[in-house]
Amino acid sequence: MSYSPRQLGDLTPTNPNRRQGLLAVFHIDLPLLVGLLLLCGFGLIVLYSASGENFGQMERQALRIVLALAVMVAVAQVSPATLRRWSPWLYAAGMAMLVAVLVFGEVGKGAQRWLDLGIVRFQPSELVKLAVPLMIAWYLAEKRLPPSWQRLAIAAVLIVAPVLLIAKQPDLGTAVLVASAGIFVLFLAGISWQLIGGLTVAAGAAAPVVWYLMRDYQRQRVLTFLDPEKDPLGAGYHIIQSKIAIGSGGVYGKGWLNGTQSQLDFLPERHTDFIFAVLSEEFGLIGVLILLSLFLFVIGRGLYIATRAQDTFTRLLAGSLTLVFFVYLFVNTGMVSGLLPVVGVPLPLVSYGGTSLVTLMAGFGMLMSIHTHRRLLPT
Amino acid sequence: MLLKDTIRESQAFLNRAIIAGLLVLAAVLMLVWRMVQLQIIDHEHFTTLSRENRVKVLPLPPTRGLIYDRKGVLLAQNRPAYSLEITPEQVENLDATLAELSKVIEVGDEDLERFWQLKKRRRRFDSVPIRVNLSQDETAQFAVHRHRFPGVDIKAQLLRHYPHDVKTTHVLGYVGRISQRDLEQIDVSNYAGTSHIGKNGVEKTYESALHGAVGLEQVEVNAAGRKVRTLEQTPPESGVDIHLHLDIALQEVAMKAFGDNNGAAVAINPKNGGILAFVSQPGYDPNLFVEGISTKNYDALQDDESRPLYNRALRGQYPPGSTVKPFMGLAGLERGAIQFDSSVYCPGFFQLPGNTHRYRDWKKTGHGTMDLDAAIVQSCDVFFYKLAYELGVDQLNDFLSQFGFGGRTGIDLTGESTGLLPSREWKRRAKRQPWYPGETLIMGIGQGYFLATPLQLAAATAAIANNGTFYTPHVVDHLSSRESGEVTPIPPSAHVIPVAREQNWEDVRQGMLHVIESPRGTAKRIRNDRYKIAGKTGTAQVFTVAQDAEYDEETLEKKLRDHALFIAYAPADDPQIAVAVVVENGGHGGSVAAPIARAIMDAYLYPDDPPPGDGT
Repeated sequence: MSYSPRQLGDLTPTNPNRRQGLLAVFHIDLPLLVGLLLLCGFGLIVLYSASGENFGQMERQALRIVLALAVMVAVAQVSPATLRRWSPWLYAAGMAMLVAVLVFGEVGKGAQRWLDLGIVRFQPSELVKLAVPLMIAWYLAEKRLPPSWQRLAIAAVLIVAPVLLIAKQPDLGTAVLVASAGIFVLFLAGISWQLIGGLTVAAGAAAPVVWYLMRDYQRQRVLTFLDPEKDPLGAGYHIIQSKIAIGSGGVYGKGWLNGTQSQLDFLPERHTDFIFAVLSEEFGLIGVLILLSLFLFVIGRGLYIATRAQDTFTRLLAGSLTLVFFVYLFVNTGMVSGLLPVVGVPLPLVSYGGTSLVTLMAGFGMLMSIHTHRRLLPT
Repeated sequence: MLLKDTIRESQAFLNRAIIAGLLVLAAVLMLVWRMVQLQIIDHEHFTTLSRENRVKVLPLPPTRGLIYDRKGVLLAQNRPAYSLEITPEQVENLDATLAELSKVIEVGDEDLERFWQLKKRRRRFDSVPIRVNLSQDETAQFAVHRHRFPGVDIKAQLLRHYPHDVKTTHVLGYVGRISQRDLEQIDVSNYAGTSHIGKNGVEKTYESALHGAVGLEQVEVNAAGRKVRTLEQTPPESGVDIHLHLDIALQEVAMKAFGDNNGAAVAINPKNGGILAFVSQPGYDPNLFVEGISTKNYDALQDDESRPLYNRALRGQYPPGSTVKPFMGLAGLERGAIQFDSSVYCPGFFQLPGNTHRYRDWKKTGHGTMDLDAAIVQSCDVFFYKLAYELGVDQLNDFLSQFGFGGRTGIDLTGESTGLLPSREWKRRAKRQPWYPGETLIMGIGQGYFLATPLQLAAATAAIANNGTFYTPHVVDHLSSRESGEVTPIPPSAHVIPVAREQNWEDVRQGMLHVIESPRGTAKRIRNDRYKIAGKTGTAQVFTVAQDAEYDEETLEKKLRDHALFIAYAPADDPQIAVAVVVENGGHGGSVAAPIARAIMDAYLYPDDPPPGDGT
């Protein structure tokens, strides 16, 4: 076994630079941190415009970012070994709370998602977003890869159970994210292409069944997605207005604070799920490309961390967390630009709101932990 | 775990991670392509949609022109009025909102009735008035509760108001909400922001001038359709102001002079045809119609026996009775049937040759020997029976039509009646009967089929006063633009009634003068020392007295009594004003109608000086 000098360099902090030292002490990955800060900063600029120049709203969001970053740093201190030990317990706790939320949960906006813990209201599905990749990675890393059929079946059950509970709330967006988190672990674990092909075919066959199981509003969303012009004042209004916003932005955009679709309220939910349309209208294609580049940088760094991870558990976890982050981005931008159905997924790190921000940053905290808690490989 | 396994797993993971990375790249490229599609390829399409979204063109309604009387008294103005309007689209439960609203502000059954009626005609996003003419208190009261009523708003608009209400109705008419029928006749885009239109009277005739031209405003609106800012503006062109010949003081005097009587009075300036007074009694309050009259109020007006909605001065058709006698006399002189001093013996009746039917004079005992002057002064029927007989219906029709009888005068008011100047041809057409000679006699004293409007009588009288120059009566003197200061006079138009002998005018006028000035004149009671009046009384039968029966005013029901008529001009030597008065069921022209004419002429000729009483 031989190691390149670079790999060795990573193992031993040789740079005496004080700042670098501080980052190392706090287990922070600088490139990832810079990427995240740039994304959040860009997000705040867009949010200021999307909120109708509401400085208070921007301030609240900035505070949330700071909080989420604190959570990230805290999580980064937890070693991957500890994470691994906690995995089954976190998963069990998440499942218990998902059941609880269906029994006692509070209903908001027609969906039952919240659990009132007395002091804070809490969305168990957010915890599950992290618990599922942790659990599957833990389970698969126990034995040799690629997993046996038996283990695969059990892993599939471990994924499907929370997904069904979340879909029943109903929260389609989160269900998609949790499912993809689990599936990415399976994919990265190296399940055979035959199986992937078979599952794809099976998924196609299952589509009618899923259709049957969907709530009316979800079916409506799919139908509206297929032909938004059919109901321009009702269900299709969101997509039509958002496409107008994006399209009218052109290459250079209408300028910050000058998006007529956004500023004149034509764009619904413009500071939350549809903030990407505000960005596209005001900053144009150039703004979109800058945003996508920042995302790609963060995703690239995540994937790099995954490939550099030292064991199967951390590799699978890091890869899955990174790819879920991309799913967030793709589902949201795909929805806002009319490529995908309208499912309530915010634009990660940019949309207004705190819950998913904390979950995401906790995920990045894990990535940093994986990258910075290095031990010498067993010899 | 074996190191070999670890490396193999690491390698397998790297493969999958690379594939995942490639998939991510592919998905991002797909997304970028989508953006290129939207932001470059379809950019123009979406720019148009975005513009259509935010830009609305709103009409700016022009301010309606004002109407003044000859002395500059304001007769029609625009008052700010506040109304409570509901936008149905923005209200979830209309019934509940209305119920709740009526607790805050008074909403009557009539208001509701009008609301539902208007609502049917309007689009869902147009607001519909539920209450009009809110008082200051009501406006304030609603403002307090406004947050509870989404979709309900107070709207301010300029609303037409007629400060002299009943006194001006039959001349000015009124404006009302634009109806479906109006829409077919107007340039809809010019009325895009206008809610009211002239329904009759001057308001209707001069609608296009009063209305002005609509302005346009391009505004940016938000998703709720509320205006955010103005992008471009073409200001509206205000309607021009209208100045009438009408004298509101004269109008008031005339109406007062009528007392409880129904009828009409028209006063004309003989020198230009300008209408000085135009009264139809009773009138009604035009302000009721501006915001839409309630069914109850409308029915009350409609069912009123005195028919206040009926414009008697313009549309009332009355037998002119003896007031045609000066015209008849002139016809006789002109066509050579009589000389000024030809005399006729009046035994109290007239018989056609070879016929025993007696055409009775109003004076049973007869007037004795009569020349034209005496026949006019004493209103001898027999003299004019004979004259009519000698002229024949064709000549009568031909001559009298020159004075405007039987046709519209062409006044600048809509809905004028033609009256009826009978002819053989007319009778054949309308009655499918030949003309009988007896009918010529009746026509000669202004009875039978002969019908004239008060306006026609006034215009014809003015022509006599004016030596045969017949001015088309008109209400409006000039228009003036507030914006440009430009004044547009309405030039009088006239035709001259040709005569063979100018002196004939003088002879007839002499007779009319004596109607007042002579001790035997039928209108001697209005004689006065300040100025001389020339005129002619008339009595029009409503009820035909049987051949040998007595007409007894006292015993007849009022509505069957004769109409009293009077035509006059003054001063006799330099006519400034010509008047025609019809008092329905008033009895004798001299006693009832003439004093009204006198009051009008006094007020016109001596506006600052109250009448000293009768000069007799």
